[in-house]
Amino acid sequence: MALLATPYRFVFVYWFNKGDRMIDPVIARVQSDPKYQELRKKRSGLGWFLTLLMMIVYYGYVALMAFDKPFLAQPISSTGVTSLGIPIGFGIIIFTIVITAIYVNKANSDFDDMTKEILKDAQQ
Amino acid sequence: MKKNFLNLAFIATALSLFAGAAFAAGGDMGQTTKQETNWTAIVMFGIFVLATLWITKWAAKKTTSAASFYTAGGGITGFQNGLAIAGDYMSAASFLGISAMVMGSGYDGLIYSIGFLVGWPLITFLMAERLRNLGKYTFADVAGYRFQPGPIRAFAASGTLIVVAFYLIAQMVGAGQLIKLLFGLDYGYAVAIVGVLMMVYVLFGGMTATTWVQIIKACMLLGGVTFMAFMVLSRYGFSPEALFSAAVDIKTTAAETAKTAAIAAATTASAAATTPEATDAAAAALAKANAMDPAKIGRAIMGPGGFLKDPISAISFGMALMFGTAGLPHILMRFFTVPDAKEARKSVLWATTWIGYFYILIFIIGFGAITLVTTNPEMAAQIKGGGANMAAVLVAKTVGGDVFYGFISAVAFATILAVVAGLTLSGASAVSHDLYATLFKNGKADSAAELRVSRITTVCLGVLAVVLGLAFEKQNIAFMVALAFAIAASANFPVLFMSVLWKDCTTKGAVIGGFLGLISSVALTVVSPAVWEATLGNPKGSAWFPYSSPALFSMTIGFVGVWLFSILDRSGQAENERAAFAAQQVRSETGLGASGASGH
Repeated sequence: MALLATPYRFVFVYWFNKGDRMIDPVIARVQSDPKYQELRKKRSGLGWFLTLLMMIVYYGYVALMAFDKPFLAQPISSTGVTSLGIPIGFGIIIFTIVITAIYVNKANSDFDDMTKEILKDAQQ
Repeated sequence: MKKNFLNLAFIATALSLFAGAAFAAGGDMGQTTKQETNWTAIVMFGIFVLATLWITKWAAKKTTSAASFYTAGGGITGFQNGLAIAGDYMSAASFLGISAMVMGSGYDGLIYSIGFLVGWPLITFLMAERLRNLGKYTFADVAGYRFQPGPIRAFAASGTLIVVAFYLIAQMVGAGQLIKLLFGLDYGYAVAIVGVLMMVYVLFGGMTATTWVQIIKACMLLGGVTFMAFMVLSRYGFSPEALFSAAVDIKTTAAETAKTAAIAAATTASAAATTPEATDAAAAALAKANAMDPAKIGRAIMGPGGFLKDPISAISFGMALMFGTAGLPHILMRFFTVPDAKEARKSVLWATTWIGYFYILIFIIGFGAITLVTTNPEMAAQIKGGGANMAAVLVAKTVGGDVFYGFISAVAFATILAVVAGLTLSGASAVSHDLYATLFKNGKADSAAELRVSRITTVCLGVLAVVLGLAFEKQNIAFMVALAFAIAASANFPVLFMSVLWKDCTTKGAVIGGFLGLISSVALTVVSPAVWEATLGNPKGSAWFPYSSPALFSMTIGFVGVWLFSILDRSGQAENERAAFAAQQVRSETGLGASGASGH
């Protein structure tokens, strides 16, 4: 990954600085900071991964409703009435809260620390 | 001078409301649909109103600039903002509508709740910090960060005002009908009280008052539903299985009664039939009645029912709910009230937690309504007499007595009031910040003039809300909240998403694509069964668009529109906008140069 990231950084910086457009030197410094590239990679990696996970879980549930209603309606045990859909539904609610918490914890500690460093470097 | 005026306004509002309430209650006694005046509820609501007016008075001192009016000076904490966002989301439609839906068809209510919740993680992962880092007062600040201010503001203001209008109508009509039932007040008075109070909050207290009214209401509502769910479960030894089983038994017995009645009716019809056609019809009815399976009908509440008939409707509806949240202007504006991205993320986490917790409890309360309310003959009659939305408050009466019933009724009223205030504030910001200050004054309006325009707009929106509430009294407005979500998902969301995350997005693409999403979502809703048949009264089956939500199609139109008209845009302006993405990206991802907490 590191092999790929380095040329990418140069292309990235060149792309936005080409021509005679003025670019804020602070912004240019942030862009060329390897830590910024690392932050972007890590944060958007986690963000999109969790987004994908949420989409799979929710649209999987929607697909069950669309194509296999009896699956959700079947009772969990032979003696009770509680259907499989109840724990699945409550599970999705809890899952939603948990993945939000995972991202927020990670972002408010690791990612924010990295951001602080990047800003400190850039404003020197 | 100003202080005296505020004091006077405060006293005058309080007095006129009580006088109005007492008069209206007295005047209502002679009507045919006689509803007993609920004094406990009125007194409790009066206390809530006094408390919130007192807060408004306090907030008014802080609301001196456009920044404090729009964002409470950016001084709300993540936890407080989380409660306020949750409060915006736990509207009367959620509280009363979903519990009624669970009472009627069981599991379907849970499907609906989940749809409303799953948009939040996406907002957290992709939008929250970018919104906070780029935005100032409205979501157009974010969407239009590197675009030409004129067109993008015109689009954002249209998107905001249309979403706000549909949401407002739904809330106002709901308020009138609910308060008529709960308080025994006349519909017109109820709508006027909501309009006047909401105007006072927003006008004098701006975002500070609107946020605190929402926080207080959210706490009252969460406390209330916690108590109700606890009491319902305590009757079944805290076993959900016992509660579900009792509900299934009740639905089965009801189905048995219905079957017996249907067989008896068909038999009578058969005996009385004189023509061959009538005999055939009676025989068919009898066969149908005999084919009823009460056990199966009873069990049906434990699984998905007829809520989403076909796969396309299910997916389309799911998309409207999931992505609509990320395009609702009154929710988005709350991200600008916190000091930084860290607090913005905390607010979404708290909001998601409270909303999820709330939906789980609402599901339990809905089942409580099946076992406690539908088995009480007096309450069952009230439900049948057009009071299906009363499910949750009647559960409150059963488990907590008259005082708690009064409390929950007051909370329901407060809920509508707080949500309506938030909607009005976001509509007012769209007019004063996007249209007046940015579009007409090229961003050169002074803060005092901008504040004056937002206050004038608030009054106009308040009057408009009351007028719309009165005009739509007898209309079927069930589709309006879903429509607001569909428009938000198809117009506001694609523009916001693409402008923030896609480098090649241009003004032309964003504005044309956004308007295409806006127009297609409204047009497809008009020709869908809910409006074309149920509201406009056209014959069944004549709707051109067969699905219950347009989002799958209109959101696609919105996104494809933004993409297509952006890549086709080869102007120099477009090149500059693409080049400006780098700076926007750095700011959105690091907060470099973002508006601070106090002054903006």
